[in-house]
Amino acid sequence: MYVAVKGGEAAIANAHKLLGDRRRGNRDLPSITLDQLVGQLSLAVDRVMAEASLYAPHLAALAVKQARGDMIEAIFLLRAYRTTLPRFGASRPVETGEMVAERRVSATFKDLPGGQVLGPTFDYTHRLLDPELAGDGEVEAALLSETDGEPLMRVTDILAHEDIIESSRGAGGDTPLPEEPSGDLTREPLEFPMQRDQRLQALARGDEGFLLSLGYSTQRGYGRTHPFVGEIRMGEVEVELDVPELGFAVSLGTIKVTECQMVTQFAGSAKAPPQFTRGYGLVFGQSERKAMSMALVDRALRADEFGEDRLAPAQDEEFVISHSDNVQATGFVEHLKLPHYVDFQAELDLVRRMRGEFEAREAASLETDNASREAAE
Amino acid sequence: MTERVDAASPADVPGGDLKLLMDVLAAAPRAEIEACVAALGDLPEAVPVRGPETGLVMVRGRIGGDGAPFNLGEAAVTRASVRLADGSVGHAYALGQDRAKASLSARLAAAWVQGDLRSEIETLVRDPLMATRAAEVSQVKREAAATKVEFFTMVRGDD
Repeated sequence: MYVAVKGGEAAIANAHKLLGDRRRGNRDLPSITLDQLVGQLSLAVDRVMAEASLYAPHLAALAVKQARGDMIEAIFLLRAYRTTLPRFGASRPVETGEMVAERRVSATFKDLPGGQVLGPTFDYTHRLLDPELAGDGEVEAALLSETDGEPLMRVTDILAHEDIIESSRGAGGDTPLPEEPSGDLTREPLEFPMQRDQRLQALARGDEGFLLSLGYSTQRGYGRTHPFVGEIRMGEVEVELDVPELGFAVSLGTIKVTECQMVTQFAGSAKAPPQFTRGYGLVFGQSERKAMSMALVDRALRADEFGEDRLAPAQDEEFVISHSDNVQATGFVEHLKLPHYVDFQAELDLVRRMRGEFEAREAASLETDNASREAAE
Repeated sequence: MTERVDAASPADVPGGDLKLLMDVLAAAPRAEIEACVAALGDLPEAVPVRGPETGLVMVRGRIGGDGAPFNLGEAAVTRASVRLADGSVGHAYALGQDRAKASLSARLAAAWVQGDLRSEIETLVRDPLMATRAAEVSQVKREAAATKVEFFTMVRGDD
């Protein structure tokens, strides 16, 4: 027999009212504005956009505010919002080579064309809390220097001239590129094994912490690839859309992205000379930790391509991709706190019956023991 | 099409001068466009054909930056199309959720297509907006340039 139980409407309504109150906090203080979040907590906004897989800074800021700063809740909110919108189309691939870069560094070449441009980085800061920031003191404007106009050449292109790194266009570097990705995770269910383009789509929206840990695991020996940061660049790229009613592509504006080209250990065979291989990361917003982790995991997941043994978690496509989405993960973990009264009653009943049977068996064996002892006496 | 030759808009770019206008309208904030339009005077009356409406565009990247395309994630985009009394149609597409900006941009595009205000739209709206965008890009590049590492070699000991 199953008896449905209802109730809790008033408690839920009141709980949400309490949530609203706690979210607002002290009414003597001004409510935080979305422009403040976009401007001053921009990396939090960027992370929400990246993992929600929706580039929309003000909506992401609203999600952060509504979620009281809970990033995964904010990501969940923005994901849910995106399902309400129609799809107008797909852009032309963004050209990261033409990025207006705020930052570009390479760990492989000191003097590369365009140079080492540090940009707004936490690197080389002393990680000491700055009491000045507790107040609202004047902040100096950034310094300006004249640019030398030198284009920011890709490190992978520098190496490609010697044919010493794998080409994105296959061995020989002349395989034609497909026009379209092989699939879209937002439209078709996951199927394994995946194509690399679909893995990258999953990794681009994957949880930063999860990918960071997996990337770290490859460095510690669980699927080692001996990586170097060929290049990291961060800045604005133009998004262009082919508009059928116009017959040409228009620019929709620019988005900020972070790209990481990881140069990794060699592959080669009896037929092909040894070559560096590559891992790739591209993420919405400013997040090089995520872009680097993504590149490490992308490379680890290419084990089969290079004939490497798949022994480590980071090399296991089904494990990595199935668990990288934090909205899915939090949904399944957090559902455990919802009422499971009936399930649990069934388990309780089962345990009691098993214990009953156990006790009966114990009692029976005790009687047999006693009987045999008496017989012996 | 106009005879004007612009370095940023070679005649062989599909869309030519209309693309140039639409691109800069997409990049500019609404307040700036409105300020330029104020100098322009009245735009012709337009009726909406589609939108303004907000939707999604799947933004694509390339594997390795230069390889096969992959789906990076979606972006919120707002579009609008309007028609003038003479049948001229204007379209607007831009990142973000600003419907008023999409409507205004579509009206400007329609007026440009219609032709009476074309040179005014180019000199009073398009050119100043392009100049501002160029200045913004230059600012970002110069700020970045100030953080470029100048390596020097330290000679240690006597030779």
